[in-house]
Amino acid sequence: MTTATIAGVQVDLDAEGFMTDPKQWTKEIAETIARDNGIDPLTQKHWQVIDFCRADNEAKGTPPTVRRITKQTGISTKEMYQLFPKGPGVLSSKIAGLTKPKGCI
Amino acid sequence: MATITEKATLHDTAPEPAQTGTPEAVDEPEVARRVAIICSKGSLDMAYPGLIMANAARMMGIDAMIFFTFWGLDIVTKKKVEHLHAGMLGNPSSPMPHSVMGLPGMEALATKMMKKKIESLDIPDVPELLEILDDAGAELYSCQLAMEMFDLDDDDLVPQVKGSLTAMDFWEKAAGAQVVFI
Repeated sequence: MTTATIAGVQVDLDAEGFMTDPKQWTKEIAETIARDNGIDPLTQKHWQVIDFCRADNEAKGTPPTVRRITKQTGISTKEMYQLFPKGPGVLSSKIAGLTKPKGCI
Repeated sequence: MATITEKATLHDTAPEPAQTGTPEAVDEPEVARRVAIICSKGSLDMAYPGLIMANAARMMGIDAMIFFTFWGLDIVTKKKVEHLHAGMLGNPSSPMPHSVMGLPGMEALATKMMKKKIESLDIPDVPELLEILDDAGAELYSCQLAMEMFDLDDDDLVPQVKGSLTAMDFWEKAAGAQVVFI
């Protein structure tokens, strides 16, 4: 585990760059991580995904997979790839300040 | 740890050949990762691994293509895709002896049980998984020679298949990809 300063906040990261403590997350962190991954700006749809991921993680104790996100939010698989072209399975969680999803689907 | 140190030493003395073997390419320009999966078997237990692995690649932003050849064509053949069977005969991991598995109805039972389990885990069935792969931007191709062997036309295949390829076309498309044969 390492620490890094993102958008002025010191955060804990795992080896793959995922935040390990969702409480350290801020909206500015989300915007910064998104920008680093080619997403600028974050649209209302992005925030819908991010808000869902954080709420679901809070409720279930684990970040949602792409399939769960699409099924629960109604956002289609196609849209998920338009929103997160470099990989919706990892980026949704990373931007939302969560760990890597554990599911395979 | 020992191997990393070894590689680092190797890198110091001979920088050129160590390019692909370094544990983390931190400052190097991002190279797009690609996978090409060849599905050559049409049973349920051989279909899922290829489809799931390709989908997982896409979810991580890795380019993925799947080439369906020989019995693997069943996975994308309209008439077969919903009726793939769990292949238990000839499978040493089969939970029941082959003498029993060979009895009429046993394979259907095993298939039913496997499909039930898959559904209970909220894993999509094969037709839906093919749609997800297509939406995710994975490229699906059929093997031209296998299609000729089985007298299949493009119309016989699910719409997610982009076209048929010869073996040489495949290698052209798979340039730079990690290739997996199933």
